[in-house]
Amino acid sequence: MSKRPTVEQRLYWNETRPDRVSHLDVRDPARCGPCDGRPCVRVCPAETYLWEAADGRLVIRFENCLECGACRIVCPHDNLDWRLPLGGRGICYRYG
Amino acid sequence: MERFDAIVVGAGPAGTTAALVLARSGLRVALLERGAYPGAKNLMGGVLYTEVLASLVPDFRERGAPLERYVARRGLSILSAGAETALSFQTGAWDAPPHNHGYTVLRARFDRWYAGLAEEAGAELVCGVGVDRLLADGDGTTCGVAVRMPADASPAEGELRAPVVILADGVNSVLAEAAGLRPKPRPGHVALGIKETLALPRETIEDRFGLAGDQGVAWTYVGEATGGRRGAGFLYTNRDTLSVGLVVYAADLADSDVAPAELLDRFKEHPAVAPRLRDAEPLEYGAHLVPEGGYDRVPPLARDGLLLAGDAAGLVGASPRPQGSNYAMASGELAARAVLEAREAGDFSAAALSRYRDLLAESFVLKQLEHHRDWPGFVERNPHVFASWPAALTALVEAALRQDGREPQQREAELWDLFQRRVGVLPLATTAVQLRNALRILGYGKTDRLVEYLARNW
Repeated sequence: MSKRPTVEQRLYWNETRPDRVSHLDVRDPARCGPCDGRPCVRVCPAETYLWEAADGRLVIRFENCLECGACRIVCPHDNLDWRLPLGGRGICYRYG
Repeated sequence: MERFDAIVVGAGPAGTTAALVLARSGLRVALLERGAYPGAKNLMGGVLYTEVLASLVPDFRERGAPLERYVARRGLSILSAGAETALSFQTGAWDAPPHNHGYTVLRARFDRWYAGLAEEAGAELVCGVGVDRLLADGDGTTCGVAVRMPADASPAEGELRAPVVILADGVNSVLAEAAGLRPKPRPGHVALGIKETLALPRETIEDRFGLAGDQGVAWTYVGEATGGRRGAGFLYTNRDTLSVGLVVYAADLADSDVAPAELLDRFKEHPAVAPRLRDAEPLEYGAHLVPEGGYDRVPPLARDGLLLAGDAAGLVGASPRPQGSNYAMASGELAARAVLEAREAGDFSAAALSRYRDLLAESFVLKQLEHHRDWPGFVERNPHVFASWPAALTALVEAALRQDGREPQQREAELWDLFQRRVGVLPLATTAVQLRNALRILGYGKTDRLVEYLARNW
């Protein structure tokens, strides 16, 4: 407990039934480039979003997603196609 | 295509309560849950207040409700970077049932148990189904839902029909948004909760927190807990686990250079918190949004053939003592009662279902939301209450208690100087007036709309 777990380590504690395809997508990738602050990256507690500056694109690691929806709320351009994993997939809290 | 008397979307506290009440009245009701089981997607701090549960299921304890501990002690800590000023309350009166109606729970366990009661009453619970959209007939009246069945089920899609649908699909209700009942919430009206569940042996918890039997602790932390952001930290004792986490306004996290998980790490490492978590082993990490918009963001709650309940309707008591799951249960019950009345009259129009809003307005749900309707505005206009005042208070307490041989006059002068520099008479006065108006205490409404106007426009 003295050492800080990474987000990735934290996610390993959880039970997840990953979907086969991403339930998250960017509507218009061109709008992410000039975005100021990229609040989706900042707000996500699961490091689902990663800004690849070299390629100028937003990488979505959908299997990290805890389905909280914070990214959808803070996206200033309403640019996230935010859906939910299908058929009981995704996060399965055992404690909650 | 299956026909039901009612369809409930979401098997959380709101949806399960609605399904339970409808099934008990003999309706054929479908309770649809997108998770692999009820509670799989649900998370809160958290304390469940059980008055509504007790009215519906008086023997909930005997029926094995997965309650962790009753809240025997509540505490509030105001943190600066290195110090803690705390206020704690405990009374023997809470040791006897009904324990002031407050229990710590773990929602994955509780929701699963609770949905089981709805099933026993006759509700048809189906898990792993996503609702794609609402079905509408020619004049726009909701008449069912289009669903995607659980993975590997055949057929993969289907339609369920009913004359009325209760949407209890949570804070992110994209169905309510698609139906035009509410807009997407703004970042200032939503908070992000993040939480870890940590394992600690039962005896260790009881020794460490000074608890006996089923006693438990609910502790709130403000100030440095969130790095001064609007929100709070929390620590709850469960049977053999601890729930520790933060609830922070999404608007403040969107501006933040510190990631949510790092904020949580800092909170857990705070000298006032770390000893309470020592040697606890992590079990789970989760996140969930909390609607914080209050009364003035509550959307229209009914349309032809459609009702909104729980977090989907923003029915969370945003206040200094926030509550939600009991509001959700109450709204689910009242939605069900409105459906039963509408069914009696054979009329599921928006006008008939508007009875639901009237029932809510007569209940504690909208009364309490209305009472605290200015709280979200107070939080928005007074970020210093979270950002700088907690550290100012601990500095004042530290200066008052410091043992350094100063003469009394010097001590008073230092305190006064500290207060003037870090709080100030005018900011304290204007904030206090606004707080009094937000909480409607100390004679609010009796004399002075003018004072309120001046405070707001200072």
